Amino acid sequence: MEKEKSTRKFKGLELYDRQVEKDYFLLPFRFHRLTPEKEIIVNEVGDYLILPNGTFEKIVKRQIFKDSDEELYGDLLSNFFISEEKVSPLIDVLATRYRTKKSFLDDFTSLHIFVVSLRCEHTCHYCQVSRVTQDKGKYDMSIEHINKGIDLMMRSPNSHVTMEFQGGEALLAFENIVYAVERTKELAKVFNKKVTYVICTNLAVITEEILLYCKENDILISSSLDGPAFIHNENRKRPGRNSYELAIKGIELSRSILGKSRVSALMTTTNLSLEHPKEIVDEYYRLGFKSIFLRPISPYGFAVKNERKNKYETEKFIAFYKTALHHIIDYNLKGEFFSEDYASIILKKILTPFPVGYVDLNSPAGAINNVIVFNYEGSVYATDESRMLAEMNDFSFKLGHLDTHSYEDIFYGERAAWIAEASTNENLPGCSECAFQSYCGADPVHNLSTQGDISGYRPTSSFCQKNMEIIRYLIELMESDKRIRTVFESWIQ
Amino acid sequence: MLLKTKGVSINIEETLVGKVTRLPENLTSDSFLLVDDEIQAYPDKAHLGILSKQNDIYDLDNGSVVLKIPTLEHLTEGDIVSVGADGNIHTLYRVDSYHNTLLATERCNSNCLMCSQPPRDKNDVSFLYGIHKKLIPLIPKDCVELGISGGEPTLMGELFFDMLEKIKHELPDTEIHVLTNGRSFAWDHMAYRLSQVDNNRLMLGIPVYSDYYQVHDYIVQAKDAFYQTIAGLHNLARYNQRIEIRVVLHKLSIPRLVKLAKYIYKNLPFVEHVAFMGLEYVGYTPHNIDKLWIDPMDYNKELGEAVEFLANKGLHVSIYNSQLCVLPENLWQYARKSISDWKNSYMPECQSCSKLEDCGGLFTWNLKKHSEHIKPFTTNVLELSSGIE
Ligand code: SF4
Ligand code: SF4
Repeated sequence: MEKEKSTRKFKGLELYDRQVEKDYFLLPFRFHRLTPEKEIIVNEVGDYLILPNGTFEKIVKRQIFKDSDEELYGDLLSNFFISEEKVSPLIDVLATRYRTKKSFLDDFTSLHIFVVSLRCEHTCHYCQVSRVTQDKGKYDMSIEHINKGIDLMMRSPNSHVTMEFQGGEALLAFENIVYAVERTKELAKVFNKKVTYVICTNLAVITEEILLYCKENDILISSSLDGPAFIHNENRKRPGRNSYELAIKGIELSRSILGKSRVSALMTTTNLSLEHPKEIVDEYYRLGFKSIFLRPISPYGFAVKNERKNKYETEKFIAFYKTALHHIIDYNLKGEFFSEDYASIILKKILTPFPVGYVDLNSPAGAINNVIVFNYEGSVYATDESRMLAEMNDFSFKLGHLDTHSYEDIFYGERAAWIAEASTNENLPGCSECAFQSYCGADPVHNLSTQGDISGYRPTSSFCQKNMEIIRYLIELMESDKRIRTVFESWIQ
Repeated sequence: MLLKTKGVSINIEETLVGKVTRLPENLTSDSFLLVDDEIQAYPDKAHLGILSKQNDIYDLDNGSVVLKIPTLEHLTEGDIVSVGADGNIHTLYRVDSYHNTLLATERCNSNCLMCSQPPRDKNDVSFLYGIHKKLIPLIPKDCVELGISGGEPTLMGELFFDMLEKIKHELPDTEIHVLTNGRSFAWDHMAYRLSQVDNNRLMLGIPVYSDYYQVHDYIVQAKDAFYQTIAGLHNLARYNQRIEIRVVLHKLSIPRLVKLAKYIYKNLPFVEHVAFMGLEYVGYTPHNIDKLWIDPMDYNKELGEAVEFLANKGLHVSIYNSQLCVLPENLWQYARKSISDWKNSYMPECQSCSKLEDCGGLFTWNLKKHSEHIKPFTTNVLELSSGIE
């Protein structure tokens, strides 16, 4: 008989087993009941497994065995749920992935909102802040404050910042926008910054001349569109009841000059909107938008400290959201590409290993870390909602004033520290054990304004109610229907 | 394809490396004159030696000669050969091929069940590198791609980096493709040292066969291999090295193939290319065939899902060593004609196949072990008639 060469003495699979006495160690992960039959487990970097109910308990009780549960055991091990060593041999890989997920923090504040004017020619019934007036002196941001805001923006450690002009109606102060852009362009060269410019406008007063300036300077237009005429005009009151017509004309004009991809639209959800999910979706589709943002955070219901009312309104919003989402999915199943932005943000967090820096759904929260607001009269706020809150005389999130506070006072001051403490859902009560933690975020401003406490209280939090159900629903949808999964995958490519 | 021949050597003490030419006027001090059937006059130009089919010629004083070589037909003007004291003539570099490879060492720290070039445990590093040191400067500067394989090349130690630096210096425009199991790069200093070579034309092809350590370690027959390779990949990524993942398809890698694709996307999203490769029936494979064989037709579902998952995520994906008639049409766009010319063959029935031009065919050694579903495409009659309409 031919003697086998020593190199050919191949060994069996069992010889490569590293497990000691059928024991294993748990890595950090959390679980959630997904449906009556299924539960989900999610690890620290957002990888998940969907399992039959009761599996979580078995895992924890060390009742999963390599030989009899071969596939599940391999899944748990390779997806960083368990380890055969006290310290996983790939702990550094897990650490790198965690750092990657949180790397939206690396560069610090990017979005700098300049409220250039509080004046507006609209009187939208949900708007608490704007004023119909000619008094520029009182309600426009002064050149001095614009300068100071730009100087602070140039101090951001981020090499790529976004300068967003808001109102009121920002375009009523167009000459100040031009001034701000021109000054920023010069300073950006000195400070080596890439700047993205955005003007938020209801489009009522937009002109060709304004748009040509936008084209020349690569400025994006972010407009408002609440749905078809009967909704939009009801929500957005202005003399002549022609807000919708002006918006449509404005969108067309903007697209013709800037190109389709440079013009976006945002909707605000009102009680009237809640009755018409499909009509709103259809309107966006009809106008040739490739996506719609069904914003769960909107001034509607904002700052209402009535728990029961909040819960009810949120339920209504979730029902609205689901109907609209299905309608959007149907477009996709018919072969059209049309996505929903809030779902896309959450799906990116669930399905990719990359960071998603969306300011309203981050942990640590976007406030200060990713966004800062310079108000028309020189006050500095942590978020856009913070200045709305201030209009109702709650100045909790006022970080300082451009005239009296330095960069350090504003970004690293006591107020900032106080907000930061309630900004990570990893350490918020309720969130700290929640399976959806890495897909969700923290919103201290919302907590304070709706619950009177910056840390909030999860069982009655409308932020939690909304996100928990939307996240759960998105996962349920893609796990139960392969076609929907494919649609969702196409949204995040 | 013949890559090795042997004659009777005279006046050769250490291995010589040089280009070959049949034209005496082209001789230089680092080239050999090839003498086929016609006896040639002893060249007056300086040369490295003469390789001849003749029995005896010339008044030999000190010149190096190999006589009685059975054939020289396989050598083309400009090919580079090594000529040993024992009269062995190895083709090291073929000017007409895109698939030239330097064998760094036959040693390996793994012992894969399907290794196509089974490792040998002998210290060949300094001998082989001695040859490569002479070879590298002779390689034409317009060489498009050069492979480095083993064994495990990193077992050369510092000489590995020395070799890569020499290559970068001599062949700055050549794509360098190194096949390594990546385990050595679990040592951070090895990955760092590689980055010091600073060659952005250098790409490492590293195999990962499963997302589950035990299966991978079993396939490569080495404890700790999976964790070392994954740690190595992360170290390499930290130093911005270019990486290709190579997955061999067989009965042991198929069951978790889709999970492996997801693992790659989640944990190794920085890789530049993922190649799924059909099994070669050579080396250890015939010995282990019962553990490894699955008809490629029977893994199309898993392969398709893995490939499309990664491609949809924007990764560059290829399928190697597959035949079009065995692959579903939606995957053809990923199939590459990847088999090196000298190992490439087709089945007799392929001659009548209308896709012969586009198909990568088989490894010559896979003529003995191939899918049961190889079947030539005939030009579709319906397609033709509808074209006429
Ligand atoms: S807010 Fe709710 S859903 Fe979000 S992490 Fe906290 S507990 Fe989970
Ligand atoms: S018959 Fe031969 S040439 Fe044709 S597709 Fe199959 S393997 Fe390729």
